Amino acid sequence: MLKWLEKNLPKIVMAPAVGLIGWFVYGFVLWTLYISFTNSKILPKYELWGVGQYVKLWGSRKWLIAVDNLLIFTVLFLIFCVVIGIILAIFLDQKIRAEGVLRTIYLYPMALSFIVTGTAWKWILNPTLGIQKMFIDWGFENFTFDWLVNREMAIYTIVIAGVWQSAGFVMALFLAGLRSVEDEIVKAAKIDGANLFTVYWKILLPMMRPVFFTSFVILVHISIKSYDLIVALTQGGPGISTTMPALYMTQTAFHKSQVGLSAASAMMMFMAVAAVIIPYLYSELRRENAR
Amino acid sequence: MKKMLIALIAFAFTSTSSFAGPKIEVLHWWTSGGEAAALKVLKDDFAANGGEWLDMPVTGGGGDAANVALKARIVAGDPPSASQIKGPTIQEYDQEGVVAPYNIDPIAQSEGWDGLLDPMIAAVHKCQNNSGPYCAAPVNIHRIDWMWANKAVFDANGISVPTTWDEVNAAAEKLQAAGIIPFAHGGQAWQDATVFEAVAMGIGGNNYYKNCYVDLKETCLRSETTVKVFDQMRKLQGFTDEGSPGRDWNVATGMVIEGKAGFQIMGDWAKGEFTAAGKVPGVDYYCSPTPSNNGYLYNVDSFIFYKTSDPDKQEGQKLLAKLMMGKNFQKVFNLYKGSIPARLDVSMDEFDKCAKTSNSDIKTAGAGGGLVPSFAHGMAQGNTMKAALQDVITEHFNSDMSSVDAANALADSVLDNM
Repeated sequence: MLKWLEKNLPKIVMAPAVGLIGWFVYGFVLWTLYISFTNSKILPKYELWGVGQYVKLWGSRKWLIAVDNLLIFTVLFLIFCVVIGIILAIFLDQKIRAEGVLRTIYLYPMALSFIVTGTAWKWILNPTLGIQKMFIDWGFENFTFDWLVNREMAIYTIVIAGVWQSAGFVMALFLAGLRSVEDEIVKAAKIDGANLFTVYWKILLPMMRPVFFTSFVILVHISIKSYDLIVALTQGGPGISTTMPALYMTQTAFHKSQVGLSAASAMMMFMAVAAVIIPYLYSELRRENAR
Repeated sequence: MKKMLIALIAFAFTSTSSFAGPKIEVLHWWTSGGEAAALKVLKDDFAANGGEWLDMPVTGGGGDAANVALKARIVAGDPPSASQIKGPTIQEYDQEGVVAPYNIDPIAQSEGWDGLLDPMIAAVHKCQNNSGPYCAAPVNIHRIDWMWANKAVFDANGISVPTTWDEVNAAAEKLQAAGIIPFAHGGQAWQDATVFEAVAMGIGGNNYYKNCYVDLKETCLRSETTVKVFDQMRKLQGFTDEGSPGRDWNVATGMVIEGKAGFQIMGDWAKGEFTAAGKVPGVDYYCSPTPSNNGYLYNVDSFIFYKTSDPDKQEGQKLLAKLMMGKNFQKVFNLYKGSIPARLDVSMDEFDKCAKTSNSDIKTAGAGGGLVPSFAHGMAQGNTMKAALQDVITEHFNSDMSSVDAANALADSVLDNM
């Protein structure tokens, strides 16, 4: 008995967690998948209806706008976060004074929720309250910065706020990566006559490949799931111009009483996240097995 | 020992289901100042009649959070006894089979609700396609088509209360020339739709409104009149300020109160902001209906009563329905809320000027066919269609879409969601 217990204790301890995750995560993913094939309106229904919700989804202008916005946001968010993150990390890597303080300052936005970030930027970017008003009050009367209320540009304000929040996190990832490189490599390169730029560009950054990969996966899934930032900053407006898939999903389920359609959009988002995460997990697992 | 235990368990079960007086569990989102105070009146009444009230307030998002909680409870097979649901959504829940067998109908019959309510408003609260037994109780009537104007600003610019939309435009141009923001507006989808429906009823007339936004006739939605309505929306958009998109309605009301802006078009909950700022109707501000041919856009808050097998809760539902439609609650609640009683026989003596106007106008409108349900506030259409209309209206208002394109997009959006 004791021997059996000893052998199986890890399994017994893990069982409740596995059971709960199995039910509440995977169980509900399957439930959502099922609901997406029904004609559920205000409440879930269980008679199968076919792929009608997916047809409807891809025929909906609002969903197409949401997908467009997601692509714009993801690409820009990723590029700016990584570029700014790397630049900050390299600067901080120069063994400067008060590094701890600066690191905290850059990382600090990460401690805020997206709701706070969104609300703060909403005030900063509002033309009658924020930057534009400040410049006009200073005497630059023709100064305009109205992206937040401009249908074409509003999506970029979400990128600004998102990058402000997440660039520091990317910096921390790269800084940790840079610090893990052994000094000898850099010293050897310098003896060979490489300048600082060459050291980073040709030696250190190529060694950061896993960090690039990690940042990519983390940032992309943040952007696919982004909801709170948009709710706080634009609520999908002006008009419906900054709608994103997660916002579309909640609005469809809880404001439009179209649970089936909402489930279909949730499945599309799930697949998008899976398309990013699965290759990542695959490569990680393969590397572990190879060891 | 074992037998005793079984007996004990059996006793425990029977004792919970034995009759212990009326009991009710109410899911609502009335948690802010005036609403909470008004609800307390109802709770006290309920307790004074020997009932037990289980409160289930869910705050946040103007009822969004409450709706999520409600759906979760219904899916779990345990709906609350009553919850805040309004308009055609009442029918949608009935069709899901969670309302029948209509426990409150005997009370509605014995209290004579048919005689106390306007027939149109009574129909909203009857299940089985608006003609069966009562399954919900109204607590108030909000009017949507109000124009709230700063009197000092209007006087200083020699403007009187406009009675046609052309006068509205002329007044706005005057204000613009004087360097005042004419139209205080918050560019959120529901606010855009609120203005739109007032314009639609005003410019198109009451029958046009009913054909288009209640009956959803395609020819009406694509008509020349709809184009004119969108034209007027475009004009109004020109009278807003740059900071308008995303602004909350009460901030826009604040602009009118402070005299930064001339007027706002908003339902009568805006009055609460004026009252809180110590302003008096007719002295500091005008509350006047937006121009229309004796039209009245109504928005009624109601409580729906779900099916329950617990006899205590059934009693509780009956008692709550009776108290909710009682003269006392209807008066006190609406004094707090800024709306008017749903029952038309409540004395208006203690109400202010705006509420009195609303009360007399609803009777005129009811008699002349001008009483129409607001679609922006979920009275004319269910949530799906409401959102379909709202999406197009807000897209037009916030872009350079032409009026003709907008009218066609409106019809297409409706057809897509039929």
